[in-house]
Amino acid sequence: MRETEVLVIGGGPAGLSAAVEAASHGCDVTLVDSDLALGGQLVKQTHKFFGSEAEYAGTRGIKIAKILFEELEAAKDRVTVLSNTTANGFYPDDGVVALVKDEEEYIRLRPKKTIVATGAMERLLPFPNNDAPGVYGAGAIQTLMNVYGVFPGERVLMIGAGNIGLIVSYQLMQAGVEIAGIVEFMPKVGGYWVHAAKVRRLGVPIYLRHTITDAIVEKGVVAGAHIQRVDEKGRPTEEIRKIDCDTICMAVGLIPTAEILWQAGCKMTYVPELCGHVPQRNAFMQTTNPNFWVAGDASGIEEASAAMVEGRISGISIARALGRIQGEAFQERYLELWQRLSNLRAGEVGAKIRSGLEKCSNCGCDWGEEA
Amino acid sequence: MTEKELLFNSGVLTERCPGAELPPRELWEKKKNGLVVIECPQRIPCNPCASSCPTGAIRPFKDINDTPAIDYEKCIGCAKCVAQCPGLACFVVDLTYGEADEALVKLPFEMLPVPVEGTSVDCLNRVGEAVAKGKVLHVTEPLRDKTRVVHVVVPRDRVMDIRAVRVVK
Ligand SMILES: Cc1cc2nc3c(=O)[nH]c(=O)nc-3n(C[C@H](O)[C@H](O)[C@H](O)COP(=O)(O)OP(=O)(O)OC[C@H]3O[C@@H](n4cnc5c(N)ncnc54)[C@H](O)[C@@H]3O)c2cc1C
Repeated sequence: MRETEVLVIGGGPAGLSAAVEAASHGCDVTLVDSDLALGGQLVKQTHKFFGSEAEYAGTRGIKIAKILFEELEAAKDRVTVLSNTTANGFYPDDGVVALVKDEEEYIRLRPKKTIVATGAMERLLPFPNNDAPGVYGAGAIQTLMNVYGVFPGERVLMIGAGNIGLIVSYQLMQAGVEIAGIVEFMPKVGGYWVHAAKVRRLGVPIYLRHTITDAIVEKGVVAGAHIQRVDEKGRPTEEIRKIDCDTICMAVGLIPTAEILWQAGCKMTYVPELCGHVPQRNAFMQTTNPNFWVAGDASGIEEASAAMVEGRISGISIARALGRIQGEAFQERYLELWQRLSNLRAGEVGAKIRSGLEKCSNCGCDWGEEA
Repeated sequence: MTEKELLFNSGVLTERCPGAELPPRELWEKKKNGLVVIECPQRIPCNPCASSCPTGAIRPFKDINDTPAIDYEKCIGCAKCVAQCPGLACFVVDLTYGEADEALVKLPFEMLPVPVEGTSVDCLNRVGEAVAKGKVLHVTEPLRDKTRVVHVVVPRDRVMDIRAVRVVK
């Protein structure tokens, strides 16, 4: 049995920030990630990020990962990193987290406090032949292309014009792949307008109010797709169009990865705005299980910028729970972080997040409360 | 919803609006090195254009969700924002450049191959149609981060349409 003060599950922007923050206040941290390398989504993001300069806006995702790795390196005396290590289960009876390292070693780890920063899973769409070779999720395409340098196909039809669909289309074009079009059910792109403008001016059609009906399969692989116009009420019309492509990429949303939180008995609520079941949390990102915190997409699908700040908030709050920081020192740093997070969510784009958070947060900042 | 609204909703600018305004014509005609043209009509939480502007021409944001507002008197056409903007929504248009029927556009570029100085490129409008040929004057990489700024000489009557270039194979 191993022990650790703080276990951080997931080494994306949320988990990395949480680990660095907790360590900076003197906590001993174990950071585990199921992937071979840390970084989560960041290592696939070759585009420049939006947001505020404090959250590295204007910097490419891969570069932000490097900045966080440097911070982690500086904190290495206090942080044990286990990559290729999956947290498979939590056992409430003895408070043990079961880890599998390198797909062979089984480790029992008992943390005092745990931060769940496991990110998200992709949603997929049901349609005929969606199991044919050549149909991918956007995450898989990005991993192939940007992590392993593998060309996913010659001509891709993208399903979904959210930020992921738009950005992955752009990245595919950078890699020399042709985009046959982007299909979107809604009457407007869901992602930022500028991301759409960026691919439009390179000649990519965006089919608003359209959906995919089926993949066309020849010789066992994708050879095209049919897309269909829908009317104002979202009902299918007679207008069907055939698209030539050898790859279909689905970018139709993410779902928070929350299994460990369920196992820990955290109170979970279904919040459509946050894209799935998410834990109830207080203003310190602590769940209803007092030993479990949450940060990043696992707490609701948002952005890396918010994930990093949430990671920091959970990190410093755990440090407080462990008695490593208190009083004014805590308040000052905490309030600065909270302000940054509020700023990110302040505008129109943040409205959906704000309304979602109302359904799962108990936002009263109770300074007296010790976790 | 009209066709025009749908076109805008797919990422094509259909009319000038806050965040996507044009410089005052008179100043524009005489400003050496050009003035910034930003096409960022949606309020999103993003501010690098303003925070990277060396002269404060892109006014500092009160709220990070503000769309960019520009003090054109202060703009020196340096194209720093062109390189910095994660949405590739900043351009510089220099109407003082070259012959009477020419103008210079400074565009962000992140594709391969990179255009070569002195060569001819296809100039694309907002839906990717090749509307003119342009001559590449300079290619710079202001932030050393692989986002190039391509300075391309274009027909003056096309400066309102041309928003991208494509290397001719
Ligand atoms: C195409 C695309 C473009 C984006 N562009 C932007 C942008 O411009 N600006 C922006 O702010 N955000 C952007 N985002 C969003 C951003 O990437 C995510 O919001 C962010 O990565 C969430 O961080 P996270 O740490 O919560 O999760 P992730 O980055 O997903 O990291 C989660 C980590 O947890 C690990 N993990 C999961 N389960 C376990 C387990 N049981 N045991 C151990 N490890 C586990 C995973 O391997 C992963 O490494 C983009 C996302 C995509 C897909």
